Amino acid sequence: MSSNPVPSSKPVKSIDLHIGEAEPGCKKRDPILIADGVSRTFGGLKAVDVDHVEIPRGAITALIGPNGAGKTTLFNLLTGFDKPDTGSWTFEGRSLSGMPAFKVARMGQVRTFQLTKALGLLTVMDNMLLGAKGQSGENLFRAMLPFFWRKQEEDNKARAIDILTRFKLDTKKDDYAASLSGGQRKLLEMARALMSEPTLVMLDEPMAGVNPALTQSLLDHILNLKTQGMSVLFVEHDMHMVRHIADWVIVMAEGRVVAEGDPHEVMRNPAVIDAYLGQHHDEDLGADPSAEKEHVVAIKELLDDEL
Amino acid sequence: MIFLGLLFAALTMSTFSTLSASPAHADEVGTDQYDYVLAGNVQFNQKPLDGVLITVKGSGYEAEVKTGVDGKWKVGVPEKATYTVSLDEKTLPKGVIVAKGGSVIKAEFGLTKVKSVNFFLGEGTRVTVSFFDQFLNRFVNGINFGLLLALAAIGLSLIFGTTGLSNFAHAEMITFGALMTLAFSVTLGLPVWLAIIIALVLSAGLGWSLDAVIWKPLRRKGVGLIPLMIVSIGLSLALRYVFQFFVGGGTSQLPGSGLADLQFGPVRLSLIDLGSMGISIVVLLAVSYFLLRTRIGKATRAVSDNPSLASASGIDVDGVIRIVWVVGGALAGLSGILWAYFRPGVSWDMGFQILLLVFAATTLGGLGTAFGALVGSMIVGLFVELSTLWLPSDLKYVGALVVLILVLLLRPQGILGRKERIG
Amino acid sequence: MIDWGAIFSNAAVELISPTTAAYALAALGLAVHFGYTGLLNFGQAGFMALGAYGYAISILSFGFPVWGAVLVGIGASVVFALVLGIPTLRLRADYLAIVTIAAAEIVRLLFTTNTFEPLTGSANGLSGYKGGFAALNPIPPGSYGFGPFEYNAYDWWLRIVAWTIVVLACLFTWQIMRSPWGRVIKGIREDEDAVRALGKNVYSYKMQSLVLGGVFGTIAGMIFVLPRAVVPSNYQTSLTFFIYAILLLGGAATILGPVIGSMIFWVLLSFFSGFIARAVEAGWLPFMTSIQAGQLRFILVGVAIMLIVIFRPQGIFGNKKELAFVK
Ligand SMILES: Nc1ncnc2c1ncn2[C@@H]1O[C@H](COP(=O)(O)OP(=O)(O)OP(=O)(O)O)[C@@H](O)[C@H]1O
Ligand SMILES: [Mg+2]
Repeated sequence: MSSNPVPSSKPVKSIDLHIGEAEPGCKKRDPILIADGVSRTFGGLKAVDVDHVEIPRGAITALIGPNGAGKTTLFNLLTGFDKPDTGSWTFEGRSLSGMPAFKVARMGQVRTFQLTKALGLLTVMDNMLLGAKGQSGENLFRAMLPFFWRKQEEDNKARAIDILTRFKLDTKKDDYAASLSGGQRKLLEMARALMSEPTLVMLDEPMAGVNPALTQSLLDHILNLKTQGMSVLFVEHDMHMVRHIADWVIVMAEGRVVAEGDPHEVMRNPAVIDAYLGQHHDEDLGADPSAEKEHVVAIKELLDDEL
Repeated sequence: MIFLGLLFAALTMSTFSTLSASPAHADEVGTDQYDYVLAGNVQFNQKPLDGVLITVKGSGYEAEVKTGVDGKWKVGVPEKATYTVSLDEKTLPKGVIVAKGGSVIKAEFGLTKVKSVNFFLGEGTRVTVSFFDQFLNRFVNGINFGLLLALAAIGLSLIFGTTGLSNFAHAEMITFGALMTLAFSVTLGLPVWLAIIIALVLSAGLGWSLDAVIWKPLRRKGVGLIPLMIVSIGLSLALRYVFQFFVGGGTSQLPGSGLADLQFGPVRLSLIDLGSMGISIVVLLAVSYFLLRTRIGKATRAVSDNPSLASASGIDVDGVIRIVWVVGGALAGLSGILWAYFRPGVSWDMGFQILLLVFAATTLGGLGTAFGALVGSMIVGLFVELSTLWLPSDLKYVGALVVLILVLLLRPQGILGRKERIG
Repeated sequence: MIDWGAIFSNAAVELISPTTAAYALAALGLAVHFGYTGLLNFGQAGFMALGAYGYAISILSFGFPVWGAVLVGIGASVVFALVLGIPTLRLRADYLAIVTIAAAEIVRLLFTTNTFEPLTGSANGLSGYKGGFAALNPIPPGSYGFGPFEYNAYDWWLRIVAWTIVVLACLFTWQIMRSPWGRVIKGIREDEDAVRALGKNVYSYKMQSLVLGGVFGTIAGMIFVLPRAVVPSNYQTSLTFFIYAILLLGGAATILGPVIGSMIFWVLLSFFSGFIARAVEAGWLPFMTSIQAGQLRFILVGVAIMLIVIFRPQGIFGNKKELAFVK
């Protein structure tokens, strides 16, 4: 963890996002997404059971929690990739419950996946163009007649080049996405999501598997999204990153939201420490001293505020 | 399904229109309209029978006629083609039935424009089986069929579960069992029980060698699942015609397949049927025991669940897959032998005939779940047999396939399957 | 002695035969399904059967004109694609394969059963529907051509129509596959969830692809029965497998692959069968009967499918660069 690059500049944090106490499910001044009573069970396992949660607009929100806390499942539910057992949620004031994934995306709530989904046998450029919204050439009948869509295609290409350049992928634009490295694919997936000009970007572990050199540029990209007026919700395990860029942190454990708050404060919350230790409660910590030591180190790291 | 409905509607409508076009109830129909004539004489003990209903069908034409007082009938038909002529037994006097050759005859014109069609009548009583008895018979048959499907389906499902392969060549593994039994019992003259044992050993060997020669190297090579499936299709095609190359296109019987039926209350079963069901049940129980209680069985289920996790926890995944192929091969072979007795007969494409039903069974139960395959097989088996109570027998597989599509509509992951995770 | 001339000219004839055109078109339909969209349609034989029967029944039983019969066939296959697609396009690829095979078998069994004999001719099939198509022939009667390619006016008419349709279908497919529509389709092949996350209605695109490729199959089915009769046993699952062999031979995600694949397939098959049959006659292969010689071609096709998939998964025309990434 200590190998993480030192951030080049201190990002500007959005503050004063919430109303009242920073507690699980607390109200936000300007929420973009509000979810109520969302639950999902797999067999007997309650993977997600969220009473109430609000995601602030124009800020970077981190969703953290131990493995299996239900973060990805919550993402799937909110974006229409999975159906909840109960619950409803609104995005920019409009109800999204029961809406299929592609409509959710069209409304401006775009996600990426924990396991990168680059479209391998499409070129990087085609990957990007696929992200663009409202293309008239995507209609079968107009597809036959290029003059309907050629102009739009050129515009989209220019925009794609623009974004690719920012992500340092412009030299690769004619390569198959399958030829990219794992980290480059993560970048491509994010760049592709941006092609659709979303209002809320949901990133599932954007930094996992990305080497430290790239991490820095990814972080900058995420910060950039905020300056461009987008809201970001991202899942991340690396606390340094979270502390570095997040304006707000939501902590999940065993399907529930157990804590919320400012990234620097929330780590001190006993509920969070409990959550990260809690997943090992069923094991006997004392039986394996080395495991215990590992946990202590992990907690220390959580608490250690190096900024 | 709307489409099928429409098709049925169109078909029945056209049947009615041809019916109403032909004037019925005379001893001569359509003879002045058409050149070709089918004719006959219905007699019993040299006495002509009057008012017996004869139906002629073929080439999109249909006509009915009743015999005259001289017992004769004549039907003109539009072209020189093959027609089915049927005699309605209900219109015969009491105590008279069609004795041999059946009440339906295929008539084909020879060199002349007139073809005579005669039915052989005899003394007897029509056996009418009550609906309930028919149902019971079909039900038992359905169980028997379902059990033999299950043997093949469990193997297919285990292979799918552990390797992800949808193995189309399973059909040929089924045929192989029956062919080997035929070869060793009839051709080489060994006792049947010995031939069956040899055939099962060879079937297991076939499973082992298919894995060793084809599937394991392809897995090593990292070939994707869909290409693998297409390879199995090519293999199935090649093996099927290799079988035909050696045994020809005919059907042969295994020893003992003509055994007489015994009567159990309303249910008629042969000893072979009983043995077949007994063996299936014992083997299925053994397989369940293997999967649930033995170490290897548990390992198999672990591999089905999550191969990389299983391999990480020290399970020899390749070894498990090898065992699955051996067991799957033997089960398919056994299923083929029982299928040969059930049909009855051994032929080069007998496995391919039920492959789709085996797939339907595994899919119904949920791909890759062994017990789902069992449930699915029983449903398919029962459905195929029971549907003959209402559907013509040449449509009996249609019902099962329609059910497959309907079940997937309601429960896409199959009856016992699990949904996949996204993201 | 073996008559090599006859073997070669019989094989050459297959190059432009209507059957080759029909298989090429059906394979192009599968290329749309499987090569571009990643849909494992194993029911192409069903689409072809609907074309053949839709055309023949409309003419024989209802006296439709040629264009009406063609529309009936296409309509039937669109309905079939919808009926098939609604339950299955949400399923995993392997489920789709099994359901499409099942559906094609249902179609074949319904056409084979005695129940609908007046309409379908049951196992005997249908014939005598070619008059309308022949009547449209503008070529004056006579015999034209050279060498082995000498045909009468009807046969030329049939070949011209068949290959014109194939060429038009190729141009059409080429055009839409390089459009944004084609991009979405190819994206779905790679990962449908990713495409969904970008706001595309994946279900609808898959349906469009299924209908489009199915209509190609249906028209192929009509071309297929114009030089012969409609016989239900032609529409077994192995027909679909043959078309897959052609598709894989040519390259699944290519436009020309299916066409060239079909030509190579039929020429080689004809050459091979002709050679074996004559070799058996000439006593070169004493261990084989002429019936067995006929079965050898199926064995060959099966082995060819396996070898192509294993050793040249991108087909003859597939992009070499792609190969590095084909799983
Ligand atoms: N399709 C599924 N079927 C069964 N169980 C599932 C499924 N999807 C998720 N789960 C279970 O739900 C729980 C939550 O999983 P989820 O992927 O949401 O965790 P996560 O918080 O994203 O974890 P990680 O940080 O490791 O990505 C886990 O216990 C997981 O096993
Ligand atoms: Mg996750």
